[in-house]
Amino acid sequence: MKQRFSAFTLLRNGLSWHENWQRQWRSPDPKPAYDVVIVGGGGHGLATAYYLAKEHGITNVAVLEKGWLGGGNTGRNTTIVRSNYLWDESAALYEHSLKLWEGLSADLNYNVMLSQRGVMNLAHNLGDVREAQRRVHANRLNGVDAEWLDTAGVKEFCPIINTSPDVRYPVLGATLQRRGGTARHDAVAWGYARGADARGVDIIQNCEVTGFDIEGGAIVGVQTTRGAIRTSKVGVVAAGHNSVLAAKAGIRLPLQSHPLQALVSEPIKPVHDCVVMSNTVHVYVSQSDKGELVMGAGIDGYNSYAQRGSFHIIEHQMAACLELFPIFSRLRMLRTWGGIVDVCPDASPLLTKTPVAGLFINGGWGTGGFKATPGSGHVFAHTIARDEPHPLAAPFSLDRFTTGALIDEHGAAAVAH
Amino acid sequence: MLLISCPHCGPCDETEFHCGGEAHVARPHDPAALDDAAWGAFIFMRNNPKGQFNERWVHAAGCRRWFNMVRDTVTHRILAVYPMGSRPPAGLGHLGAAVVEDAQ
Ligand SMILES: Cc1cc2nc3c(=O)[nH]c(=O)nc-3n(C[C@H](O)[C@H](O)[C@H](O)COP(=O)(O)OP(=O)(O)OC[C@H]3O[C@@H](n4cnc5c(N)ncnc54)[C@H](O)[C@@H]3O)c2cc1C
Ligand SMILES: [Zn+2]
Repeated sequence: MKQRFSAFTLLRNGLSWHENWQRQWRSPDPKPAYDVVIVGGGGHGLATAYYLAKEHGITNVAVLEKGWLGGGNTGRNTTIVRSNYLWDESAALYEHSLKLWEGLSADLNYNVMLSQRGVMNLAHNLGDVREAQRRVHANRLNGVDAEWLDTAGVKEFCPIINTSPDVRYPVLGATLQRRGGTARHDAVAWGYARGADARGVDIIQNCEVTGFDIEGGAIVGVQTTRGAIRTSKVGVVAAGHNSVLAAKAGIRLPLQSHPLQALVSEPIKPVHDCVVMSNTVHVYVSQSDKGELVMGAGIDGYNSYAQRGSFHIIEHQMAACLELFPIFSRLRMLRTWGGIVDVCPDASPLLTKTPVAGLFINGGWGTGGFKATPGSGHVFAHTIARDEPHPLAAPFSLDRFTTGALIDEHGAAAVAH
Repeated sequence: MLLISCPHCGPCDETEFHCGGEAHVARPHDPAALDDAAWGAFIFMRNNPKGQFNERWVHAAGCRRWFNMVRDTVTHRILAVYPMGSRPPAGLGHLGAAVVEDAQ
């Protein structure tokens, strides 16, 4: 029986010098066969396993991770959570996810530190203003909370922003999603891992999937660095590496892998209690609970699997940051890092069956999939369990690149993650 | 930051260039003859190799001319720079399912 977290267990373990906490999940050796194998132990893969067990009663499941849990983009992202996407299909999917976020700490009995501090997307020119107002209206029609703030409203919500009309890109207003905010990235991976493990899922780290066994057009197993595993259902959830894996099954995906960088400052006292994003000047900024300013912007333009990018991208976003927040000019930056994000041509994800029976792919979340972690896992588990797409996942199938039914979210997803 | 040798201007900072994605993707000769899947593949499907990649760059803030490169997507090492319309140096890159246009 898994130890539950509560004020009481915290107190009791405090009395024994915190030496008696249990491990949060087992580290079993891989079994020869599973009902479902999930490739990739990031948030999305772990959430998929959790909901397979919890909602569909499928517990003979392995999550295979080539490194450590959450060592991919889940542990490298800037943790912005929101659901204010333009099109109906995306709004439905991301709002489903946000609703799951709102109950997640209680569901998992694990504090994912969701902080609904409000997310502002700034407008700096007439085109931005029109696009932003259109998005506010579209969001409201879809039941997603959204407000339009004028310049004075922006200043009131975030007093440290420079709203002078004399700057190169003046702030003309912003959209605000008050239910948006941030969450603790590692906790999401760990909470789902713990929940899945408690329901019988085997979480196997340091186990890379190197190939697929396919017979008569159907999956019969996977090859790994820890031996072959038989299974009839595989969910590939390997952000950045989905095309590499799909190629091993003979499938081409419309994905390109790029570095996405971020950085944090030295920790300072609380000064910035919301999330500010600007597609036009190309930066977004929030402050972590530790006090660091967390910043990021867009991808590097070239393809890469190196988990690092070019320094001029960092310089550019720092310039944009100082344009908006002159108050940060004396701050020192502590570290930068990169993750590899795979991006679809329409900036929307793939949640899809494939031409190989029993092989499912969840990827292409690009620069903005952290916010989707619970929803993605939830609808992908359904898709795998029933062998048919969850209604919210159906529009995100691979065949939209044949039918032309794209879901163009460049406006909502380009710099704003 | 990459140091890229433009075939016309010599080595320059990456900031002067713009990456144009996969090289050697030729427009089909008779688009109307393609079915939706083949047309979709031409528009949207690109190789995304972990390793050597054939790609196009333009020296946007220099001579403004396009050229091809083979670059390793893991080490970022540039292995070859070669002109538009020509094939990559022997043994470099993977053309995969991309269509190679012959120099004309
Ligand atoms: C710098 C940065 C900032 C970001 N900011 C935001 C943000 O603010 N908000 C937001 O919503 N999103 C953001 N994102 C995007 C977000 O991080 C991702 O979309 C999301 O975390 C993807 O989760 P995942 O579980 O699919 O991927 P990952 O966490 O990357 O998990 C995939 C896992 O697959 C494993 N894997 C790969 N190949 C194999 C193999 N062959 N065998 C076994 N395992 C394998 C990897 O090791 C990895 O752990 C950001 C991303 C980056 C890089
Ligand atoms: Zn040049």
